Parts: sequence; C-alpha cells; structure tokens
Amino acid sequence: MKRKPGLLPSALMAMFVAQVPVSYALDAFELDVSGNIGAQWREFPNAGQYNSSNNPASSDAGDIEQVRHQFSISAEPELGWQSEDGLHTVVLKAFGRWDSEDSERSHVDIREASWLTYGDSWEVKAGISKVFWGVTESQHLVDIVNQSDFVEAPDGEDKLGQPMVKLSLIRDWGLMDVFVLPGFRERTFAGEDGRFRLPLDVDRDNALYQSDDEDKHIDLALRWTQTFDLYDVGVSYFKGTSRDPLFVPMFGNDLQPSVQAPAPTALAPLYVLIDQVGFDLQATLDAWLWKLETIYRTFDDDVESQFSAIEVDDYSAATGGFEYTFYGVADTDWDLGALAEYQYDSRSDASLALGQNDLFVGGRLALNDAESTEVLFGMSQDLDHMATRSILLEAETRLGDSIKLNVEGLLFNSADDDNLSYQFRQDDYIQLSLEYYY
Amino acid sequence: MKLLKTLTTSMMLLTAATFAQALDLSGKTAEQQGLAVAQERKNRDLGWSDSQSSVIMTLRNAQGEESIREMRMKSLEVADDGDKGLTIFDKPKDVSGTAFLSFSHIDKADDQWLYLPALKRVKRISSRNKSGPFMGSEFSYEDLSSFELEKYSFKMLGEEQVNGLDCYKIEQIPTDKYSGYTRQVVWMDKAEFRAQKIDFYDRKKALLKTLTFNDYQLYLDKYWRPMSMSMVNHQTKKSTDLKTLSLEFKTGLKDSDFNKATLKRAR
Repeated sequence: MKRKPGLLPSALMAMFVAQVPVSYALDAFELDVSGNIGAQWREFPNAGQYNSSNNPASSDAGDIEQVRHQFSISAEPELGWQSEDGLHTVVLKAFGRWDSEDSERSHVDIREASWLTYGDSWEVKAGISKVFWGVTESQHLVDIVNQSDFVEAPDGEDKLGQPMVKLSLIRDWGLMDVFVLPGFRERTFAGEDGRFRLPLDVDRDNALYQSDDEDKHIDLALRWTQTFDLYDVGVSYFKGTSRDPLFVPMFGNDLQPSVQAPAPTALAPLYVLIDQVGFDLQATLDAWLWKLETIYRTFDDDVESQFSAIEVDDYSAATGGFEYTFYGVADTDWDLGALAEYQYDSRSDASLALGQNDLFVGGRLALNDAESTEVLFGMSQDLDHMATRSILLEAETRLGDSIKLNVEGLLFNSADDDNLSYQFRQDDYIQLSLEYYY
Repeated sequence: MKLLKTLTTSMMLLTAATFAQALDLSGKTAEQQGLAVAQERKNRDLGWSDSQSSVIMTLRNAQGEESIREMRMKSLEVADDGDKGLTIFDKPKDVSGTAFLSFSHIDKADDQWLYLPALKRVKRISSRNKSGPFMGSEFSYEDLSSFELEKYSFKMLGEEQVNGLDCYKIEQIPTDKYSGYTRQVVWMDKAEFRAQKIDFYDRKKALLKTLTFNDYQLYLDKYWRPMSMSMVNHQTKKSTDLKTLSLEFKTGLKDSDFNKATLKRAR
C-alpha cells in the first residue's frame, strides 16, 4: 500500500491558506454520499518481455516473471457537503485498488479533499483536487496539473489528486484560473512482475529532483479560456516541477557504477524543473469538431551538471485533428463519429515521446440506447516506422440501473527498438471491468 | 324602449368582451391563422424570467421494461434569443454529476457544452444533432428545446376536441433542415393556448410519435406548465414519460449562473 507522506501536510497547508469558514458547518447539514466499487480482470496473452527466462544476461537477483492475469478490486467513495445557500462546497473523494498480482499496483490515493466557494465573478478552491485542460482525444499535451496514476492504465488518463489553491476570475474577457500548487505527486509505476514497466525496475523510493525543495517545491500554473462564437480557446502556462519523469540509471544506491554494481540495477525517476506554455483550440462547426493542442516546454539545463546521464532539450509538440459525426446512421438512432488526429513532437529522440510523427485514426459509435452503449476503436500509426502501431478497442454499456460493464483491448506492434512503445510490445491485453455505482 | 336599448347595448358589450378573449381569426388565410395562434401561444409564455425544476423521466421499451432518468434543470429567459439552460443529471448513478450547458439561439446553431465529472472535463459538443434521442429516451433534443416562432411555418387545419377541450389544430413544419420531422400537428386548447397533443411525422412522412400533455398547473397567475408529458413511439412501441417533480419561477437566476465555471461547479 502506498501513501506518500508529503501529501497530507501540503494538502492541509493548502486548505488553511484559504480560510475555511467553520461556522457554515454548523448550518443545515446535507451530506451526499456516492461512489463506485469495481472488479477488473486483465489477460496478457504474451509472456512478459522482461521475464528472467528471456533475459539470461540480466543481473537481477530475483526471478522475474511478468504477470499473465491480473484481478483487482477498486473503490472510490465520495462525500459531498454543500452549505444551505450553496456558496460553500466541500468534497472528499478517495480511491483505492487492491491488485492480486502486483503489490505496486495496489494503492490508495486522496483524489479530492477540497473546499470551494464562489461569487458572481470569482471562485476559490483549496485543497486536493483535479483539473483537466485540453480538447484533443488521442493524447493530452496541455493537461499538466495532475500527475498520472500510471499504474491504473497505460494511457495515463487516471490522475492522482493534486494539492492546490485555485483562484478563478469570471469576466467578459474570459475565464482566468490561477493555481498555486504546493506539494508534488510522484508518478506511480508497476512493480517488477507487473506490466507496462520499464526495462529496469523503478527505484520509486528514491526519486530525484532538480530542485533542492524536492516535492515541497511550489509550482505555479495559469490558464485563460474564452469562447468566441464557434471557437473555444485556451492559453496556459506552467512553471515548476515536470510531472513527466526522466530516468537516471542507478547502480545499487549510487549514480555511478561501482565494483559491487558495475551494471545499472534500477532506474530512478528524475523530476526536473520546466516552463511550459500551452495553447488549445476547438472549432465547433455543425457536425465537424476541429481540435488543436500545442505546447512548448523549456528546461533549466543546469540539471545536466547534476546528473551526467541526463540530457534535456527544449521542445515543442502538437496534436491536431477532427471529429466528424454521422448522426442517425442507416435510419437508426446510432451516431458514428470518425476521428483523426496527427501527433508531432520536435524531439528527435523517439525514446522520450510516443507521439512523434504519428497518426491516430478512430471511430466512436454511440447506440443512443437506454443502456448508453458506446464503442470506441482506434489505431495509432507511427509514420516513421510502418511496423510500429497500436490498436485499441473499448466498449461500455450499462447493466440494470447501476452497473457499468467495460471491455477494452490494446494491441501493440513495435519493430523499432528506439521507440518508447517498444517497451510495451509484449503487453497486449484484454480487460473486463464491472463497476457498481451508488 | 330605453330599457330595451340599454339591455341590448349591455348584452352586445358583454358579448364583445367575451369574444375579445378568443382570437380574431376572421379574414386570414390558413397560414396567417396558424401563425396568429402560435404567436398568441408564444406571447402568453413571455416574462417568466427564470425557472428551476426537477424532473423524472421513465423510459419504457417494447417489452414494458423501465429505466429511470432523474435530472434538475435551471433555465434563463434571454431577450431576443433562445433560452439558456443548465441540466444536472442525478440518475442513473453512473452519470450522476454530468452536466449540460446550452445557449439556444434563434438564427444559428445552439452552443452546447457537456461536463464529465469523472474526468473533470468540459467538452463543447455539436448541437447539429437535434433529432437524436435525449438520454436514450423517446424525446429528442429538439423536442425538449424551447418553442420559438422562427423554428416553424404554421397553418391552421381546423378545430377539434382533445382531452375534453376545444382545440385549434395547427400544422407546424420545421424550418431547420436538420430537424428529424417533416411536419408536426399540434392541438392547442382555445381557452389557454396550451398544447394538449402533438403528432410527429418522420422524414418519410409517416406518423412517428405522439406527445400528450397532462396535469397543467398555473404559475404566477400566468404561466401554464404540464406536470406530465408522455411520448409514445408508434413505430418502435417504446415510450417515455416525463414528470415534473418540482417547478419554481423567478428564483433569482442570472446570466452569471450559466457559464463554463458554473457548469464545472454543478452538483
């Protein structure tokens, strides 16, 4: 079970920076309890590529055999309270998963522990929360505030709670959000026997930071959004610790090889300081949705003198494309959406970015039935290496009033060992999950 | 002689006063009569300023199996344009917290945003799909949007009795080429201009659905609202009942209650 000790003090600090009006708690008490519990099965048809049996030269002491099946249960309870006049809202939400095979995948997180208050033209939120920025579907470049709970799913869309104090200004010229982010969340990684892991085990207890303040560093984020008729625009800025770790080879407990550890034994995540500017735009033109996200990220290259194994290069990246929906196809109530997005990254090193010169093509079928059945299928093709692609299929429907059934499958093809996706090439999987909502 | 004259004058004045309640449709073409009735219906519904309501929708399939949808709606009347609306879904539980913000417009496409609470994501969606089912029910988006004169061309078809009331029978042909209907026939009672029944004809001009209105209540001494609406699909044998559990007008909602910030905040 993982609980980051740094989280709670940061969260409490965030909550006390903005004063919590205790008097309101004595008024009409309306507690709203909700949440979901789930069960998940994962099947991996291919043997893990990091199995000891595949890597006789590996210096790993243990006998590694990556899992073939994983069963897990999850719970996400939520408690909400709102003052009688609706001006104050407190939300508490926790998430936990217990995994039968990978102890690193079993984890607990506070997704939300926040207080919100507002007026006509402003809003303040303090505590642990989550924000989503962006408009594209195949990847989310602009969405930077929350750390990925990567152990949940390889697409990185599940997020850990982030301590924050947020001030929003609601004006005619747009919506401006200013964030002070005290406290950093480290990314979660699968264990040695888990899937979607790196070539070496991650030294998750010894994360490295460029900043001396480490995970207490206070980060800053800003975002302005506005709607101009059919166009929704966003401009964002982030300054602080990058949520995306770089990896530094560790030789036992040292950064340098030694007689006891001549070859790397683990990879330590390194969180460097960055500045990032982001821009996102959506044009909603009848059945056509045109979407664009682009970022420019700069580094402080002093970090290269701290860690000789690392090289940082400022880079830009973009994702853009469209979604066109055919409503009521073939005289039915079904809607079929066709999606295409191009992914670009200026970094020449394909081992850092998945979406370098890639095209995502997909379809979304909504049956518009009482069960809210939907199917999403898509393919991501590397345009530099035709043998490198991934295919995904995801379907969901409702059983009865309260149960959602979700089936998903992901298939990886990768012949290019320079590419990031090469690490996952044996991790094709099928997953079935049932979630009960209350 | 004088008494008789006074009596006759009084009676004529009284009769004239009574006829002043009913619409004067004499000398108009069927199209003009239809428009006059529609205008009166629209006029009677102006000035409600804002409303908050909670509704329950019961979906029934051909086998009679039911699914329930519950939602709360806030609406704001906008001068010279369509209404602004914020809908928060409560049931089914897996969509609880999902919210929908809509700025409807008379002369252009509506602006619509959807808030997905699990992802905390606001998505602007296409409003072109008026004819699609709302939440899997027999009501489409266009069925639930506000009645505006610019959306139809009208024609008076005659008078009939529905629900025991004398009604005008009006044909409405949607002007929006993306509408799912080629025509609608509306029965509106002559006394209060309340829709009692609507027949919907699909793109093949066949009778598709019938909507009946029940249990009209009067609010603020002026606005009639049906507490119960029932849509039956004659082709699929499915039906949806929409019941209003609570409704309040002039609750003090303003423009600032309908934007992306309030959408994300909605609970």
